[in-house]
Amino acid sequence: MSITDQGLLEREKDTMTLNMGPQHPSTHGVFRVILEMDGEVVRTAEPEIGYLHTGIEKTSENKRYVHVIPMTDRLDYLNPPGNNLAFCLATEKLLSVEIPERAQTLRVIMCELARIASHLVWLGTHALDIGAMTVFLYCWREREMVLDLNEEISGVRMMTSYIRIGGVAKDATRPWLDGIQNFIDYFPAKVDEYEKLLTNNPIWIDRTQGVGEMSREDAINWSMSGPALRASGVKWDIRKSQPYSGYEKYNFDIPTRTNGDIYDRYRVRIEEMRQSREIVKQAIEKLPTGDFKAPDNKVSLPPRDTLHTSMEALIHHFKLVSEGISVPKGETYVPIEGPRGEVGFYIVSDGSNVPYRVKLRAPSFLAIPGMCQMMSGCYIADVVGIIGSIDIVMGEVDR
Amino acid sequence: MGLIEDAAETVGDEINNIKLNVQDAIEAMGSEYAGSLYDSVLTTKLGKVVGWAQKNALWPATFGLACCAIEMMAMANSRWDAARFGAEVFRASPRQADLMIVSGRVSQKMAPILKQIYDQMPEPKWVMSMGACASCGGVFNNYSIVQGVDRVVPVDVYVPGCPPGPEALLYGVIKLQEKIMAEAGTDKAKKRVA
Repeated sequence: MSITDQGLLEREKDTMTLNMGPQHPSTHGVFRVILEMDGEVVRTAEPEIGYLHTGIEKTSENKRYVHVIPMTDRLDYLNPPGNNLAFCLATEKLLSVEIPERAQTLRVIMCELARIASHLVWLGTHALDIGAMTVFLYCWREREMVLDLNEEISGVRMMTSYIRIGGVAKDATRPWLDGIQNFIDYFPAKVDEYEKLLTNNPIWIDRTQGVGEMSREDAINWSMSGPALRASGVKWDIRKSQPYSGYEKYNFDIPTRTNGDIYDRYRVRIEEMRQSREIVKQAIEKLPTGDFKAPDNKVSLPPRDTLHTSMEALIHHFKLVSEGISVPKGETYVPIEGPRGEVGFYIVSDGSNVPYRVKLRAPSFLAIPGMCQMMSGCYIADVVGIIGSIDIVMGEVDR
Repeated sequence: MGLIEDAAETVGDEINNIKLNVQDAIEAMGSEYAGSLYDSVLTTKLGKVVGWAQKNALWPATFGLACCAIEMMAMANSRWDAARFGAEVFRASPRQADLMIVSGRVSQKMAPILKQIYDQMPEPKWVMSMGACASCGGVFNNYSIVQGVDRVVPVDVYVPGCPPGPEALLYGVIKLQEKIMAEAGTDKAKKRVA
């Protein structure tokens, strides 16, 4: 072998391994990626996860169905109602219980408000990563309004546990609905404001257009879902394709783009915020009267005042509180459309009051391999942009 | 002999000199301005001044782990505005930070990294344990979660809640400020930098 050949061989090996995370402000949690760098260009990116492993799936096997709901809040902590809903829908499918219209509408309102709040966190932190500080402050201002609404109905700002098996925890009140009306009247102008700051901003366009591109085929092959998939031109949304909780009754669009770069994912999410606001508006307008939880006393607690007059109600109350819900033997999988994509729970029941197995299909977890594929070949400065544009939440990746 | 004591001795002499100079100046000026000068000169201990400066310029490290990190960001943001208490300068490098807010559940895999980051922070440094998980494991009493971050690093202030609201975290910051001020000038404060 000649010296030149040896030199070439060494040149090929001449890369630097760079560690990023798990303590890094732009990895959106405790995500770690090991970058193989050739100068400023990333050759390969290898993800390492597990720094937030909480054992939620295993712990759920020792908890009654009702007690699993607060655990699901802490999976994807930007979308607690969505996780509650996916888990409750799966359990309700096994129980084959009918959910009243009013409860379904309240669920839709909570989930869409959570989608808005989640996208606001995404937009704020993503813009901050790329260098726009103002957007961060603006987004949090509107997010606080949603959190106030959460607090009003459920008592907690973030971890609402509002959606329960058989319905919701509490009926909607007039002041709360008025608060939502105020918010949806106020919000569209604010989305325009974010767009004014970013959409035509030359720095933003330079940093995002043509960066982290993902073709339609790649997006499908890498099992992407949610806004990242739709930005690559695939019109796929569980709310339209397999409607749940009465989504088929609402009139809304599925925004799609074709380039599949960071900019398109940004545009898709901005448009999704507007569409979510539309859904909430329609839901408020036609909020039906009736029960806020299923009248089936094997699933939801009987009304408090009946406990003093009805022996049957008292027995049901006692059995539900002391034993919990017994779910018939079987297994099921129910997906919903979360802010990050398809969130689904796969539940196996052995007929007892605790689940035999709970498995989460987390959109962030499945997006990570594709995200690292996107990183190879890009500049190091774009790595944070790509991570931000996929909007991973480590809570549901490591669970 | 600690650094502060050394400094206190040298600066103490300086302060005495300044006091004498001020007295001379007052005498030289006569009675007309003397009253206003007495109103505008403060005497205190150096340790207290250092403590006062430290408590009003807490620089937290960005150590967001889980759900609580979102509320920590909310605390630093427009509505709750931690800048009112001088604690809004979040630093990505632990070497520029003196407050570590452990916000979220600490897994067994993360604990060594947390310790390393704590060790990298310059002294004096403080630790706040934010939320139930960081304080005691919270609802996750299982194989993967460290049952309280105080098993890894010493904690100054525990903030309860799941997650604690930004107002609770701000209250924690205020409690930490009170602690810093109470310790200022004492042996405890000297041990922090020893």
